[in-house]
Amino acid sequence: MIRRLAIAAVASLLLGLVGFFVVCWRPAIASIERPDPESFAAESVAKGEVLAAEAHCQSCHIRPGGQPFAGGYGVNTPFGIIYGSNITPDLKTGIGGWSLEAFTRAMREGVSRDGSHLFAAFPFNAYTELDDNDVKALYAYLMTRPAVSASVPPSTVPFPLNVRFLQGGWKLLCFRSGRYQPDPAKDAQWNRGAYLAQAVSDCGGCHTPRNALGGEKLRDAYSGAVVDNWIAPPLTAANPSPIPWTQQELFHYLRIGVDPLHGAVAATMTPVVRDSLDLPVVPDSDIRAIAVYMSDIDDAGERESNIHATTIIALRNSSLGSDQEYDPDANLYASACLSCHYNTGAIPLPARPELALNSALSLPEPTNFIQAVLRGVGNGDGARGLVMPAYASSFSDADVARLAAYLRRTRTTQPPWTDLENKVSVARRELTVAH
Amino acid sequence: MTTFSLNGRAVSVHSPDDAPLLWVIRDELGLTGTKFGCGIGMCGACTVHVEGRATRSCITAVGAVAGAKVTTIEGLDPEGRHPLQTAWLELQVPQCGYCQSGQIMQAATLLKDYPNPTDQDINAVMAGSLCRCMTYLRIRKAIKLAAGKMREGATHD
Repeated sequence: MIRRLAIAAVASLLLGLVGFFVVCWRPAIASIERPDPESFAAESVAKGEVLAAEAHCQSCHIRPGGQPFAGGYGVNTPFGIIYGSNITPDLKTGIGGWSLEAFTRAMREGVSRDGSHLFAAFPFNAYTELDDNDVKALYAYLMTRPAVSASVPPSTVPFPLNVRFLQGGWKLLCFRSGRYQPDPAKDAQWNRGAYLAQAVSDCGGCHTPRNALGGEKLRDAYSGAVVDNWIAPPLTAANPSPIPWTQQELFHYLRIGVDPLHGAVAATMTPVVRDSLDLPVVPDSDIRAIAVYMSDIDDAGERESNIHATTIIALRNSSLGSDQEYDPDANLYASACLSCHYNTGAIPLPARPELALNSALSLPEPTNFIQAVLRGVGNGDGARGLVMPAYASSFSDADVARLAAYLRRTRTTQPPWTDLENKVSVARRELTVAH
Repeated sequence: MTTFSLNGRAVSVHSPDDAPLLWVIRDELGLTGTKFGCGIGMCGACTVHVEGRATRSCITAVGAVAGAKVTTIEGLDPEGRHPLQTAWLELQVPQCGYCQSGQIMQAATLLKDYPNPTDQDINAVMAGSLCRCMTYLRIRKAIKLAAGKMREGATHD
């Protein structure tokens, strides 16, 4: 009896393995000669340029100071660092030998030309929703870029997770292929925005939380997540910014990286805007469409009437800290922060991020506040022209904790953050994360 | 190697990326108008402009200004006649003078943002710029005098 059971178990295991192999195996697609750049229609190339900017391809497919699309940015994932590949038309190290068919399969199914599965750090779960013309346009644009010979480092994902064949299993659990389906109840602008947000810009890639396997929890779409030690805030009504993200605010923020009633981009949001959405080739109409879609998702209309009153209160409190030498917390704030963050007048200045309106202070966790203070914002990060020094070397953990508690207490109506000093100390240890 | 613009001139420096901008400006590039005060961004003596905005150079890494426009007191005005500088002279603001380049650079950003500053604006924006000689009253007066000069016509960054 036991022997029979054992045989049955081994047989079903084998059968399962064969089945898994059959389901997950993908054939190689024959390599081609690099297509003649002249063979692509100019309109298609131009359209591809816009899409590549909107999809911020360069945020992963470039190394710091490197050649465009030649790859090399290290994406930090919970499983290891995965480097963006070279997607220039170089035959050996890039995708020069890829036919449109191979490119389309990679975009929509996450399978490389040679048949191996791509890691999901490449957001094929978003690009699977792209329509045919857009895939063709991206192909035309990339194939007409200069070919750059550049290899990227292998990922640091450990065995057995680095076995690409097993990615097939991940896809069975976490990936559904399929084009964007317009919502007939919404108008064309909303649907354009939803298409751009989901299929092109992949907003959910950072703003949707992931399960233990790294798949997006679609039921909690856009409810916020931690990325590279920063919080990508919720884009839903759960977003705690005192001023709702209305169409106008979203448009400013996505177009130039700063909005006076919210603040400036930082961290991994930087490459979504800089040299991507802020490029002149991206039409205002597309950014407006994303803003329409997102302001609908976060129910901004419901809270719009409070904007004026909230702004007035923030501005009234903006000088707090000045002339309060008797209060050591206020004094610390006045010495270190007030000269840049003080606002007066009818509306905060974009170059003076108003902390009372910034989600770094209103999020349930102090993560983004601590990161901004310790790391600062370099010229290459955040909004153009705004640089903030890094206070890691001048503030102790206790100083940062004190500032955080002070601002939370005086600039928001939210409950105090807890365990601050420990959180600062943990963030300080993570400062050396490499890319 | 980091490249940035200093007072309108492109410079490439060899200091490591994490070297404070202040050290690079003073020691590697030899412009000593910008002063070292506390070294932790709490006194304002080291204030320069990065992309036209007051920034504490003692805690700003040189790597953080790669590609940026940096202006020091030497570059605020080609003739050294920025309205703040002439107001400073007129009212004989400094006593020992150590903090004044930082004060002036900070005040220049203040006037750019708020061309007609109130006492509250001055107190708030200048709060991080300490003067151990306690010339605060003259600093405030000079800022208002400069604001008046600038409103009368002279335009400056």
